[in-house]
Amino acid sequence: MREVYIIGIGITTFTRLEYPLSEIAAYASMGALKDAGLTDVDYLVVANMGSARINSQSALASAVADTLSLTPAGAVRVENGPASGASAIKEGFMAVASGMHDTVLVAGAERMREVNSLEATDFVATLTHPMAEYIYGVTLPGHAAMFTRLYMEKYGVTERHLAMVGVKNQNNAMLNKDAHLHQPISLEGILDSPEAMTNNPWVAEPIRFFDCCPVSDGGAALILASKEVAEASGRPMIRISGIGQATDTLAVHEREEPTDLMAVRRAAEQAYAMAGIKPKDIDVAELHDAFTILEIVESEEVGFFEKGKGHIALEKGETEIGGKMPINPSGGLKGKGHPVGATGVAQVHEIVMQLRGDAGERQVKGAKNGLACNFGGFGNNVIVSTYTREG
Amino acid sequence: MAVDLEKILRPVDHPYPPYPAKYMTLASGETLVIRQATRDEVPTLLKHVAPLVFVERDYYDLVAARVYAELLGWYHYRMQDEYVLVAQIDGELAAIVNGRSVTGKQGMSLHTLAMRRGLRIGAHAFAAKMEYHIDILGQDEVLVVAESPIGFRRWMIEYQLEERFDTPHELGGVPSYALTKELFDRARSKLVVGRRPVPEDLLAKAHEAILPPSDPPTPPADLLAATRAKYDLTGTALILQRWAQDRSADDA
Repeated sequence: MREVYIIGIGITTFTRLEYPLSEIAAYASMGALKDAGLTDVDYLVVANMGSARINSQSALASAVADTLSLTPAGAVRVENGPASGASAIKEGFMAVASGMHDTVLVAGAERMREVNSLEATDFVATLTHPMAEYIYGVTLPGHAAMFTRLYMEKYGVTERHLAMVGVKNQNNAMLNKDAHLHQPISLEGILDSPEAMTNNPWVAEPIRFFDCCPVSDGGAALILASKEVAEASGRPMIRISGIGQATDTLAVHEREEPTDLMAVRRAAEQAYAMAGIKPKDIDVAELHDAFTILEIVESEEVGFFEKGKGHIALEKGETEIGGKMPINPSGGLKGKGHPVGATGVAQVHEIVMQLRGDAGERQVKGAKNGLACNFGGFGNNVIVSTYTREG
Repeated sequence: MAVDLEKILRPVDHPYPPYPAKYMTLASGETLVIRQATRDEVPTLLKHVAPLVFVERDYYDLVAARVYAELLGWYHYRMQDEYVLVAQIDGELAAIVNGRSVTGKQGMSLHTLAMRRGLRIGAHAFAAKMEYHIDILGQDEVLVVAESPIGFRRWMIEYQLEERFDTPHELGGVPSYALTKELFDRARSKLVVGRRPVPEDLLAKAHEAILPPSDPPTPPADLLAATRAKYDLTGTALILQRWAQDRSADDA
C-alpha cells in the first residue's frame, strides 16, 4: 500500500444552516481545496446519512461534484450511519493507497435541522434493529440510557461523572469558533443547584439534557493525497497511519456483555497494529461522545485507560486539554455538534489542526500522534483511525 | 372650555401588586435575578432592544420591534395595565418579558425577548411572567401566542397550553392559547424555579444599572451572508463564496 497524507482541511460552522445540503458539503470542500492549494481532484467521496429521507435528495455525491465544478472526476456517496464520515475517509484512503488515485476529496455533510427534533430523533433511530428495537420505539437516547444504567451499576460511574464530561466538552467548544454550542456550563448549574433539574431535565433517565449532543447541520472536508503530491504541496505532512474497523451485533441485547463496546476495542487494535504504535503514543483524541457516557467508555476501549477506570481518569483531569490524555479539545459531538454524516470527517479535521499546531487556544502542546473514533449505530459499526505528523 | 386631551389619551392603570423579585442558578453557574422594571428604566431598555430589530433570525426582528413599541407605549402611558419584568446577570440584561391584564381574571402575555441563549433564560423569564399572572395577580388564565417555532415549543408544547382559538390575541389578532391555573400547577414542579428573597447585594446590583447584554444575538456577517446563511455567524459560506468567485475570475 502507498502512504496517504492529508494536505487540506475545511469545515463549516456547525449550527443551523440555511443553504442546501450539497452547498454545505461544497463550502467545506472549497475550504479544503484552498488549504491544499488544489483546484481539482481525481475522486470524491461524500459521507452523508439522511439526505434522501430528510432532505429529499439522493445521489448527493453527484450534486457535490457538480456544485464544485469537479466533473468529470468520479464521485460516490458513503452511508454508514453515524460512522459515515470515517467510512468515507477509509474509502478515500484505499483509493490513494491502492494507487488508483493520487488526490481524493472526502467530504461529510448533513442538514438535520430541516426537520424538527422529533423527526430527527426518529430518523437517527432507523439505524437500530428494525424488528427487535425500532418497532418498539427505541431511540438513541433510550439506548444510551439503558447502557449508562448498566455501566453505572457495574463500574461505579455516577451522574456527576457524566456531567463532568458535558462541562469539559461544552467548555472546550467555547474555544472553537465553528462549534455549535457557545454557552459555558458548570456542575453547579446542571447538577447541584436547586434549579438543576429544570436547567438539565431528564431526557431518558439517567441521561439528561446536557448529556446529549445537539442536532446540528454542518460539513467538513479533507484532501487525501499520495506522498508525492503531499510533498509537492508544501503543506504539513499529516499521515493516516492506521485505520481499523469492526462491527458488532445490530441488536444491543444480543451482545454477550452489553457494557463492552467490542467493535471499538477491535477497531482500535487494528489501527494501532497498522500504525505500529500503542495507546500511550497518542497525544490527542477525538472520541464519539454523542452521549457523555460514550466518551468515558470509548476512552477505555481504545486503550487509554483500564476498563472501568475511565471515569477515574476524568476525575483527575487527565482528559482535559492540559491533561495527560486530552480528549475532544474541539468540544466533541457534545459541544461542537453532530451533523451525523460530517462528524467522522470533522473529528479528523480537528486532529489535523492539532497535529499542525493550528488549534489556537485549544492546542494540545506538542501533539504528534492523534486518534479519532467514529461510532456507528449503537456500537455496531466503528472506525478508529490514527494520524501522525511527519517532519 | 379647555380640554385636557392627555387625560383622555392616557388609560388608567389598576393598582395591581408588584412582582416579588427572585433569583436562580443557571446551567452556566451564573445567578439570574428576575425583577419588575420601572417606567424610569424604559429608555435604558430601549437602547438594548433596538439593535435586535435588525437581527433577522428566529424572529428577533419582529419580537424586538414589537417589544420596542410596547415599551414606548408603557413609557408614554399608552398601554393599560402593562408590566415589564427584566432578567439580569450581574446587572447585565439577559431577558425582557412583558404582559398586561385584560381584566382582574384574565392576563395577556405579550413578549419574551431573550438576550442570552442556550441557558433557558427566556424560559425562566416566561415562567416568572406566568407566575405573576397566576400566583401574584390571582388570575384564572393568561392568553398566549408564539411568534417563532422556538416560542411555540417552549410555551404551547412544554406547558401543554389549551386552545382558545375563538379569542383573537392582541398580538396580530391570531388565535390564542391559554395557560390556566390548573396547567400552571401541573408545570410548576418542572418548569417554575427560583428562590426568594433575593439576597440584598444581588438585588442592589440589579437595581443599580441595567447593563447591556454581553453576548446578544447578532445579525449575520453581512448582507450576502444574510441571504444565504443566517446562522453562519463566522461567515464560512461567505468567505468560501468569495473565494469561489475569485477563482472563477482568475480562470476567466
